[in-house]
Amino acid sequence: MNKLDSKNTAENADLYWRANVRLMLSLLSVWFLVSFVCGILLVDFLDQFHIFGFRLGFWFAHQGSILFFILLIFIYVWGMNRIDKQFDVYEDNTDDE
Amino acid sequence: MDVNLLTYLFVGLSFSLYIGIAVWSRSTTTKEFYVADGHVHPLANGAATAADWMSAASFLSMAGIIAFEGADGARYLMGWTGGYVLLALCLAPYLRKFAKFTVPDFVGERYYSSTARIVAVICVIFISFTYVSGQMRGVGLVFSRLLEVDINTGVFVGMAIVFFYAVMGGMKGITYTQVAQYCVLIFAYLVPAIYISLIITDNPIPMFGLGSTVSGQEIYLLDKLDGLTTELGMSAFTATNKSTIDMFFITAALMAGTAGLPHVIVRFFTVPKVRDARISAGYALVFIALLYTTAPAVAAFARVNIIDTVNEMRYVQAPEWFTKWEESGLIAWLDKNEDGKVQYRGGTALNPRLPAYTGEVGVHGQRLLANTGTDSTNELYIDRDIIVLALPEIAQLPNWVIALVAAGGLAAALSTAAGLLLVISTAVSHDLMKQTFYPGITEKQELLSARIAAAVAICIAGLFGIYPPGFVAEVVAFAFGLAAASFFPVLLLGIFSRRMNKEAAISGMITGLGFTFMYIAYFKFISPETNNAAHWWFGISPEGIGTLGMIFNFLVSFIVMRFTPAPPLEVQQMVANIRLPR
Repeated sequence: MNKLDSKNTAENADLYWRANVRLMLSLLSVWFLVSFVCGILLVDFLDQFHIFGFRLGFWFAHQGSILFFILLIFIYVWGMNRIDKQFDVYEDNTDDE
Repeated sequence: MDVNLLTYLFVGLSFSLYIGIAVWSRSTTTKEFYVADGHVHPLANGAATAADWMSAASFLSMAGIIAFEGADGARYLMGWTGGYVLLALCLAPYLRKFAKFTVPDFVGERYYSSTARIVAVICVIFISFTYVSGQMRGVGLVFSRLLEVDINTGVFVGMAIVFFYAVMGGMKGITYTQVAQYCVLIFAYLVPAIYISLIITDNPIPMFGLGSTVSGQEIYLLDKLDGLTTELGMSAFTATNKSTIDMFFITAALMAGTAGLPHVIVRFFTVPKVRDARISAGYALVFIALLYTTAPAVAAFARVNIIDTVNEMRYVQAPEWFTKWEESGLIAWLDKNEDGKVQYRGGTALNPRLPAYTGEVGVHGQRLLANTGTDSTNELYIDRDIIVLALPEIAQLPNWVIALVAAGGLAAALSTAAGLLLVISTAVSHDLMKQTFYPGITEKQELLSARIAAAVAICIAGLFGIYPPGFVAEVVAFAFGLAAASFFPVLLLGIFSRRMNKEAAISGMITGLGFTFMYIAYFKFISPETNNAAHWWFGISPEGIGTLGMIFNFLVSFIVMRFTPAPPLEVQQMVANIRLPR
C-alpha cells in the first residue's frame, strides 16, 4: 500500500515526518537533560540540595532519570498516535498492511 | 523445610513451566521461528523484552557493583535504561515497519549490498557469542553455589533446557517462556528486597525505602551509610569518584549499545503494528525499571547489613553464610593485626587483589591465604557478585526466599541466553544461507538449518561456560561499546538520512568498530600496565571508548556520503516508506 505516488501525499508525508522529528527532538532533549546533565555533568552541584533522604544529583542518577525515561516514551506514544491520525497514516485494527 | 530441598523444588517447578510452554508453542514455519509470526501482543512483548534484556549481569551483578561503588554505579542504571528511549523514539517503529526478520536484513537491504549484510552478520555473531558465554557461566554459578552441584553439571542442565525450548519453539517458544521467566525473576528480585526494606526502613517499597529514615532512628538511610563508610575510611556511598568525562562516555556507550543490540531490536519485529512497537518499548522499560529502581536500594541495604554484621566480628562467631562463601572462594579474611576479629575498612585488603588459598586452616578456623597484606588496615575481601545471592542469608530471611532467588537468577540467565542464541541461529540460516549462499533452499530446509544452527550455537555457548576463556568476562562489558560504535550509527542514519549510502555505511562501521576494538585491545591485552587515566585519550576508559568510536563513525559517514553517489531510487523510496506507519 504505497501512497507516495501523487504529489499531494508526498507533501503530506513530508509534513508528517517533520512533525515526528520535532516531537522526537524535544523529547530527546529532556532525555539528555535528566540523565547526562542532571545525573552526570551537574551531579556534584545538585548534591547540595535534598529531596526526601536523597541528595538531588544522586537521586537523578539512580532513580529520577529512569522515571523520566518511562514518562518520555509514553508521551511519545501518545503524541505519535495523535500525529498519525492527524496525517491519516494511523494503522487500522486489521492485520494486513 | 530444608533450603536445598526448597531450591530444588522452586527451580524444578520453574523449569517444568518453561518446558510446558515450549511444547504448547512450537514453531512450524520460518516466520514463526524468526519473529513469532508477528503476532505477539505488545504487553507480552514488553515482558519478553525485559527478560531478554535483563541478564545474569543485571540480576546477579548490578546491585553488587552499586553496593561497593556507590554513586558511580549509576552509569549502569542510566545506561541500561536510557537506551530504551533511543530505541523507542529512533529505531524500533521504523525497523518494525521494514517488516523483515533480522538486523543484518535491514543493513543488507538498506545499503543494497551483500558485503554490508555479511559485515553485519559477523558483528551480530561476535557480539552475541561474547554475551551468551557470560550467561552460561551465570547458570553454572547459581547451580554450584545454591544447589551445591558441580558447576559443569549446572551448565549442562542449563544447556538442555535452552536447547529444548529454543530449538523447538524458535522465537514463538522463546517469547512466551520469556514472559514466564520475567514473572519468575522479578518476583524473585522484589520479594527479598521488600523484606529487607521493611526490616531496615519500615517502608515496603524498596525504591522509597532508599530515601527513608532508618527504622527506629531519626537519620536517613543514605546519610547513615555515608557516615558508616566515611568512618571506616571508605569512599562515601553517595560520593562520585569517576571523572565526569568518563562517566559521560561510559553511560553514552551503554545507552547507544543497548539500542544497537541485535537480540533486543529483533524483539520489536514480533509485534503486529508500528504503534505496537512504540508502546511495547514503553512497557519493556516499565518492566525493566521495576528491577532497576530496586537495585540501588538492594545495594544500599546490603552494604549497611554487611558493615553491621561483619565489621569487628569475631571470626569464630561468623554466621554460616560468611564461611560458606569463604568456602566458595568469594570471601577471604586475612587477620593482619592477629586479634581474631574482622576489620572491614577502606582500601584493598590483599596483594594480589584476588585471594589465593594455601589449603591450610588458621587458628580461628579461617582459610589461610598465600597473599600478603596491603598497607591498608582492611582485612576483608568480598566478591561483589555474591551480594544478591547472599543477601537473603545476610538478612536472615526465610529459606523459601533463598530458594526463590536461585530460580530468579536462573530465569534471568536462561532468558537472555535463549534470545541471543536465536539471533545467532537466524543470522546463520536466514542471512548467510537463504539470503547469501543458498537462495534456492526451501522453507522446510531453512527451518531445519535454523534449528541446527541453534543447536550448534548452544553447544559452543556451553563450551564457553565450561571452559571460560579468561577474556570473556572482560569482553562482555565491551560488547556494548562495539555495538554502539558499529550498529547504532548505521541504523540511525539508515532511517534518518535518505542520502546515506553503502560506501558511507561500510566505511563508518569499519572505522567505528576498528577504532573501538583496537583501543580496547591495546589497554586490555597489549599494554594492560598502562590502563589508567594518565594514558587514556581525554581520560576515557576502554569501557567508554565506544562513544568516541561512534562519533568517529558518524563523522566518517558524513564525509564519505558527500563524495559518493546517492543510493538508488528504490532505496530512497524504501526509506520514505519505512517512515510512514501506513
